[in-house]
Amino acid sequence: MSSDPAEIQKSVRSYMTVFAMLMVFTVITVAASRFHLAVPVGIAVALIIAAMKGSMVAAVFMHLSHEKRWVYGTLLLTGAFFLVLLLVPLFTSLDSLAIGSPWTAVKSGE
Amino acid sequence: MNIPYTVEARPDTGLPNGKLGIWLFLASEVMLFGALFSTYILLRVGAVEWPHGELSVVLGTINTIILIGSSVTMVMAWASLKMHNWGRHRLYLALTFLLALVFLVNKYFEYSEHLAKGEGPWHSTFLAIYFTLTGLHGLHIVGGMIVMAYFLGPGAKMWKTEPDRFANRIEYTGLYWHFVDLVWIFLFPVLYLL
Repeated sequence: MSSDPAEIQKSVRSYMTVFAMLMVFTVITVAASRFHLAVPVGIAVALIIAAMKGSMVAAVFMHLSHEKRWVYGTLLLTGAFFLVLLLVPLFTSLDSLAIGSPWTAVKSGE
Repeated sequence: MNIPYTVEARPDTGLPNGKLGIWLFLASEVMLFGALFSTYILLRVGAVEWPHGELSVVLGTINTIILIGSSVTMVMAWASLKMHNWGRHRLYLALTFLLALVFLVNKYFEYSEHLAKGEGPWHSTFLAIYFTLTGLHGLHIVGGMIVMAYFLGPGAKMWKTEPDRFANRIEYTGLYWHFVDLVWIFLFPVLYLL
Protein backbone atom coordinates (compact mmCIF):
# COMPACT_ATOMS: atom_id res chain seq x y z
CA MET A 1 0.00 0.00 0.00
CA SER A 2 1.61 3.24 -1.14
CA SER A 3 1.93 5.89 1.54
CA ASP A 4 2.89 8.63 -0.92
CA PRO A 5 0.48 11.55 -0.33
CA ALA A 6 0.07 12.09 -4.09
CA GLU A 7 -1.04 8.46 -4.53
CA ILE A 8 -3.48 8.83 -1.65
CA GLN A 9 -4.92 11.96 -3.32
CA LYS A 10 -5.68 9.87 -6.40
CA SER A 11 -7.31 7.25 -4.20
CA VAL A 12 -9.54 9.92 -2.64
CA ARG A 13 -11.02 10.61 -6.06
CA SER A 14 -11.82 6.92 -6.52
CA TYR A 15 -13.41 6.82 -3.02
CA MET A 16 -15.76 9.65 -4.00
CA THR A 17 -16.56 8.01 -7.36
CA VAL A 18 -17.42 4.74 -5.61
CA PHE A 19 -19.58 6.63 -3.09
CA ALA A 20 -21.56 8.21 -5.93
CA MET A 21 -21.98 4.85 -7.65
CA LEU A 22 -23.11 3.22 -4.40
CA MET A 23 -25.79 5.90 -4.04
CA VAL A 24 -26.96 5.32 -7.62
CA PHE A 25 -27.13 1.56 -7.08
CA THR A 26 -29.08 2.07 -3.84
CA VAL A 27 -31.66 4.11 -5.74
CA ILE A 28 -31.78 1.47 -8.51
CA THR A 29 -32.27 -1.37 -6.05
CA VAL A 30 -35.14 0.42 -4.28
CA ALA A 31 -36.72 1.38 -7.63
CA ALA A 32 -36.41 -2.21 -8.90
CA SER A 33 -38.29 -3.46 -5.85
CA ARG A 34 -41.25 -1.31 -6.88
CA PHE A 35 -41.77 -3.42 -10.01
CA HIS A 36 -43.68 -6.59 -9.26
CA LEU A 37 -41.16 -8.96 -10.76
CA ALA A 38 -41.47 -12.74 -10.59
CA VAL A 39 -39.90 -13.98 -7.36
CA PRO A 40 -36.76 -15.59 -8.83
CA VAL A 41 -36.18 -12.55 -11.08
CA GLY A 42 -36.63 -10.16 -8.18
CA ILE A 43 -34.20 -12.13 -6.02
CA ALA A 44 -31.64 -12.29 -8.85
CA VAL A 45 -31.86 -8.54 -9.53
CA ALA A 46 -31.57 -7.64 -5.84
CA LEU A 47 -28.62 -9.96 -5.25
CA ILE A 48 -26.78 -8.91 -8.41
CA ILE A 49 -27.06 -5.23 -7.46
CA ALA A 50 -26.02 -6.03 -3.87
CA ALA A 51 -23.04 -8.05 -5.15
CA MET A 52 -21.96 -5.16 -7.37
CA LYS A 53 -22.20 -2.72 -4.45
CA GLY A 54 -20.37 -5.15 -2.18
CA SER A 55 -17.54 -5.75 -4.62
CA MET A 56 -17.03 -1.98 -5.01
CA VAL A 57 -16.77 -1.59 -1.23
CA ALA A 58 -14.39 -4.56 -1.05
CA ALA A 59 -12.20 -3.58 -4.01
CA VAL A 60 -11.85 0.16 -3.35
CA PHE A 61 -12.63 0.92 0.31
CA MET A 62 -11.01 -2.26 1.63
CA HIS A 63 -8.16 -1.98 -0.91
CA LEU A 64 -8.75 -5.57 -1.98
CA SER A 65 -7.98 -4.78 -5.63
CA HIS A 66 -4.28 -4.57 -4.77
CA GLU A 67 -3.95 -6.79 -1.75
CA LYS A 68 -1.48 -9.56 -1.05
CA ARG A 69 -1.86 -13.25 -1.90
CA TRP A 70 -2.38 -14.26 1.73
CA VAL A 71 -5.51 -12.12 1.98
CA TYR A 72 -6.86 -13.47 -1.34
CA GLY A 73 -6.13 -17.02 -0.14
CA THR A 74 -7.95 -16.42 3.15
CA LEU A 75 -10.97 -15.05 1.31
CA LEU A 76 -11.02 -17.85 -1.29
CA LEU A 77 -11.05 -20.43 1.49
CA THR A 78 -13.75 -18.47 3.30
CA GLY A 79 -15.82 -18.24 0.13
CA ALA A 80 -15.65 -21.99 -0.39
CA PHE A 81 -16.75 -22.75 3.16
CA PHE A 82 -19.42 -20.05 2.95
CA LEU A 83 -20.93 -21.77 -0.10
CA VAL A 84 -20.97 -25.08 1.77
CA LEU A 85 -22.61 -23.34 4.73
CA LEU A 86 -25.26 -21.86 2.48
CA LEU A 87 -26.08 -24.86 0.32
CA VAL A 88 -25.64 -28.10 2.30
CA PRO A 89 -28.38 -27.43 4.90
CA LEU A 90 -30.66 -26.40 2.05
CA PHE A 91 -29.94 -29.59 0.09
CA THR A 92 -30.40 -31.87 3.09
CA SER A 93 -33.85 -30.44 3.85
CA LEU A 94 -35.19 -30.12 0.29
CA ASP A 95 -37.50 -33.12 0.64
CA SER A 96 -39.39 -31.74 3.60
CA LEU A 97 -39.80 -28.20 2.31
CA ALA A 98 -43.18 -26.84 1.13
CA ILE A 99 -41.96 -26.65 -2.47
CA GLY A 100 -41.50 -30.41 -2.50
CA SER A 101 -39.02 -32.37 -4.56
CA PRO A 102 -38.71 -31.36 -8.24
CA TRP A 103 -38.37 -35.07 -9.19
CA THR A 104 -41.88 -36.10 -8.09
CA ALA A 105 -43.32 -33.30 -10.21
CA VAL A 106 -41.40 -34.64 -13.23
CA LYS A 107 -42.43 -38.28 -12.58
CA SER A 108 -46.15 -37.52 -12.41
CA GLY A 109 -45.82 -35.76 -15.74
CA GLU A 110 -46.72 -32.28 -14.55
CA MET B 1 8.60 -5.46 24.70
CA ASN B 2 8.52 -4.64 21.02
CA ILE B 3 5.99 -6.56 18.93
CA PRO B 4 7.51 -7.14 15.49
CA TYR B 5 5.82 -6.52 12.13
CA THR B 6 3.25 -4.01 13.39
CA VAL B 7 4.44 -1.52 10.77
CA GLU B 8 6.80 -3.31 8.39
CA ALA B 9 5.52 -6.34 6.49
CA ARG B 10 6.43 -9.90 7.44
CA PRO B 11 8.70 -11.34 4.76
CA ASP B 12 6.62 -14.51 4.31
CA THR B 13 3.10 -13.04 4.18
CA GLY B 14 4.04 -9.64 2.78
CA LEU B 15 1.68 -8.11 5.34
CA PRO B 16 1.93 -6.49 8.75
CA ASN B 17 0.55 -8.85 11.41
CA GLY B 18 -2.50 -6.74 12.16
CA LYS B 19 -3.69 -6.70 8.58
CA LEU B 20 -3.66 -10.49 8.23
CA GLY B 21 -5.20 -10.69 11.68
CA ILE B 22 -8.14 -8.47 10.84
CA TRP B 23 -8.78 -10.30 7.55
CA LEU B 24 -8.80 -13.64 9.41
CA PHE B 25 -11.27 -12.16 11.87
CA LEU B 26 -13.45 -10.91 9.01
CA ALA B 27 -13.32 -14.43 7.55
CA SER B 28 -14.85 -15.74 10.79
CA GLU B 29 -17.47 -12.97 10.61
CA VAL B 30 -18.38 -14.10 7.08
CA MET B 31 -19.12 -17.55 8.53
CA LEU B 32 -21.21 -16.04 11.34
CA PHE B 33 -23.40 -13.88 9.11
CA GLY B 34 -23.33 -16.54 6.42
CA ALA B 35 -24.88 -19.02 8.83
CA LEU B 36 -27.66 -16.54 9.60
CA PHE B 37 -28.28 -15.75 5.92
CA SER B 38 -28.47 -19.48 5.31
CA THR B 39 -31.01 -19.68 8.14
CA TYR B 40 -33.03 -16.91 6.50
CA ILE B 41 -33.05 -18.76 3.17
CA LEU B 42 -34.14 -22.02 4.79
CA LEU B 43 -36.89 -20.34 6.80
CA ARG B 44 -38.23 -18.39 3.83
CA VAL B 45 -38.15 -21.26 1.34
CA GLY B 46 -39.86 -23.51 3.89
CA ALA B 47 -42.55 -21.01 4.79
CA VAL B 48 -46.06 -21.23 3.35
CA GLU B 49 -46.36 -17.45 3.36
CA TRP B 50 -43.92 -14.59 3.96
CA PRO B 51 -44.94 -11.07 5.02
CA HIS B 52 -44.31 -8.02 2.85
CA GLY B 53 -44.45 -4.34 3.71
CA GLU B 54 -43.91 -4.82 7.45
CA LEU B 55 -40.71 -2.79 7.39
CA SER B 56 -40.25 0.85 6.44
CA VAL B 57 -38.36 0.92 3.13
CA VAL B 58 -37.80 4.66 3.61
CA LEU B 59 -36.07 4.18 6.96
CA GLY B 60 -34.09 1.25 5.59
CA THR B 61 -32.94 3.28 2.57
CA ILE B 62 -31.95 6.21 4.78
CA ASN B 63 -29.95 3.83 6.99
CA THR B 64 -28.27 2.36 3.89
CA ILE B 65 -27.22 5.84 2.75
CA ILE B 66 -25.99 6.67 6.27
CA LEU B 67 -23.89 3.52 6.56
CA ILE B 68 -22.37 3.85 3.08
CA GLY B 69 -21.58 7.48 3.96
CA SER B 70 -19.89 6.33 7.15
CA SER B 71 -17.74 3.92 5.11
CA VAL B 72 -16.55 6.87 3.00
CA THR B 73 -15.76 9.00 6.07
CA MET B 74 -13.94 6.02 7.61
CA VAL B 75 -11.67 5.52 4.59
CA MET B 76 -11.11 9.29 4.45
CA ALA B 77 -10.08 9.18 8.15
CA TRP B 78 -7.30 6.74 7.17
CA ALA B 79 -6.37 8.63 3.99
CA SER B 80 -6.07 11.88 5.98
CA LEU B 81 -3.55 10.20 8.30
CA LYS B 82 -1.55 9.01 5.27
CA MET B 83 -1.53 12.63 4.05
CA HIS B 84 -0.36 13.72 7.54
CA ASN B 85 -3.48 15.80 8.15
CA TRP B 86 -4.32 15.14 11.80
CA GLY B 87 -7.20 17.62 11.94
CA ARG B 88 -8.95 16.12 8.91
CA HIS B 89 -8.45 12.62 10.36
CA ARG B 90 -10.12 13.64 13.64
CA LEU B 91 -13.01 15.22 11.75
CA TYR B 92 -13.63 12.19 9.55
CA LEU B 93 -13.34 9.71 12.42
CA ALA B 94 -15.77 11.75 14.52
CA LEU B 95 -18.15 11.96 11.54
CA THR B 96 -18.00 8.16 11.13
CA PHE B 97 -18.87 7.75 14.82
CA LEU B 98 -21.75 10.21 14.49
CA LEU B 99 -23.19 8.53 11.39
CA ALA B 100 -23.03 5.18 13.21
CA LEU B 101 -24.94 6.75 16.09
CA VAL B 102 -27.65 8.08 13.74
CA PHE B 103 -27.95 4.58 12.22
CA LEU B 104 -28.55 3.15 15.69
CA VAL B 105 -31.08 5.86 16.54
CA ASN B 106 -33.04 4.99 13.38
CA LYS B 107 -32.85 1.33 14.33
CA TYR B 108 -34.23 2.24 17.75
CA PHE B 109 -37.22 3.96 16.12
CA GLU B 110 -37.81 0.93 13.91
CA TYR B 111 -37.58 -1.55 16.77
CA SER B 112 -39.74 0.47 19.15
CA GLU B 113 -42.45 0.86 16.49
CA HIS B 114 -42.72 -2.90 16.22
CA LEU B 115 -42.34 -3.65 19.92
CA ALA B 116 -45.02 -1.11 20.84
CA LYS B 117 -47.47 -3.22 18.84
CA GLY B 118 -46.27 -6.38 20.59
CA GLU B 119 -44.45 -7.44 17.42
CA GLY B 120 -41.24 -8.81 18.85
CA PRO B 121 -39.13 -11.72 17.55
CA TRP B 122 -41.75 -14.08 19.08
CA HIS B 123 -44.48 -12.72 16.85
CA SER B 124 -43.56 -14.39 13.54
CA THR B 125 -40.77 -16.27 11.79
CA PHE B 126 -40.04 -13.21 9.67
CA LEU B 127 -39.66 -10.95 12.71
CA ALA B 128 -37.56 -13.59 14.48
CA ILE B 129 -34.96 -13.64 11.69
CA TYR B 130 -35.29 -9.86 11.18
CA PHE B 131 -34.51 -9.07 14.83
CA THR B 132 -31.73 -11.68 14.93
CA LEU B 133 -29.98 -10.46 11.79
CA THR B 134 -30.35 -6.72 12.41
CA GLY B 135 -29.76 -7.14 16.15
CA LEU B 136 -26.44 -8.91 15.62
CA HIS B 137 -25.53 -6.36 12.96
CA GLY B 138 -26.43 -3.57 15.40
CA LEU B 139 -24.17 -5.10 18.05
CA HIS B 140 -21.36 -5.05 15.49
CA ILE B 141 -22.05 -1.35 14.92
CA VAL B 142 -21.76 -0.77 18.68
CA GLY B 143 -18.47 -2.69 18.74
CA GLY B 144 -17.11 -0.55 15.93
CA MET B 145 -18.19 2.60 17.73
CA ILE B 146 -16.33 1.50 20.89
CA VAL B 147 -13.15 1.05 18.85
CA MET B 148 -13.63 4.44 17.17
CA ALA B 149 -14.24 6.08 20.55
CA TYR B 150 -10.96 4.58 21.78
CA PHE B 151 -9.05 6.00 18.80
CA LEU B 152 -10.78 9.37 19.22
CA GLY B 153 -9.88 9.31 22.92
CA PRO B 154 -7.02 7.61 24.75
CA GLY B 155 -5.82 5.68 21.70
CA ALA B 156 -4.94 8.85 19.80
CA LYS B 157 -1.73 9.27 21.81
CA MET B 158 0.02 6.74 19.56
CA TRP B 159 0.01 9.22 16.64
CA LYS B 160 2.70 11.22 18.47
CA THR B 161 4.92 8.22 19.33
CA GLU B 162 4.35 5.70 16.49
CA PRO B 163 2.43 7.38 13.65
CA ASP B 164 2.72 4.52 11.12
CA ARG B 165 1.51 1.96 13.64
CA PHE B 166 -1.42 4.23 14.52
CA ALA B 167 -2.28 4.65 10.83
CA ASN B 168 -2.29 0.85 10.48
CA ARG B 169 -4.66 0.54 13.43
CA ILE B 170 -7.04 3.02 11.78
CA GLU B 171 -6.78 1.03 8.55
CA TYR B 172 -7.76 -2.19 10.35
CA THR B 173 -10.67 -0.40 12.05
CA GLY B 174 -11.71 0.73 8.58
CA LEU B 175 -11.59 -2.83 7.23
CA TYR B 176 -13.90 -3.98 10.03
CA TRP B 177 -16.22 -1.05 9.42
CA HIS B 178 -16.44 -1.67 5.66
CA PHE B 179 -17.35 -5.27 6.44
CA VAL B 180 -20.19 -4.10 8.70
CA ASP B 181 -21.37 -1.90 5.80
CA LEU B 182 -21.07 -4.87 3.42
CA VAL B 183 -23.32 -7.00 5.62
CA TRP B 184 -25.95 -4.23 5.62
CA ILE B 185 -25.69 -3.89 1.81
CA PHE B 186 -26.97 -7.48 1.64
CA LEU B 187 -29.32 -7.27 4.65
CA PHE B 188 -31.24 -4.28 3.30
CA PRO B 189 -32.57 -5.78 0.04
CA VAL B 190 -33.03 -9.23 1.57
CA LEU B 191 -35.14 -8.04 4.53
CA TYR B 192 -36.71 -4.80 3.28
CA LEU B 193 -37.17 -5.25 -0.46
CA LEU B 194 -37.62 -8.93 -1.30
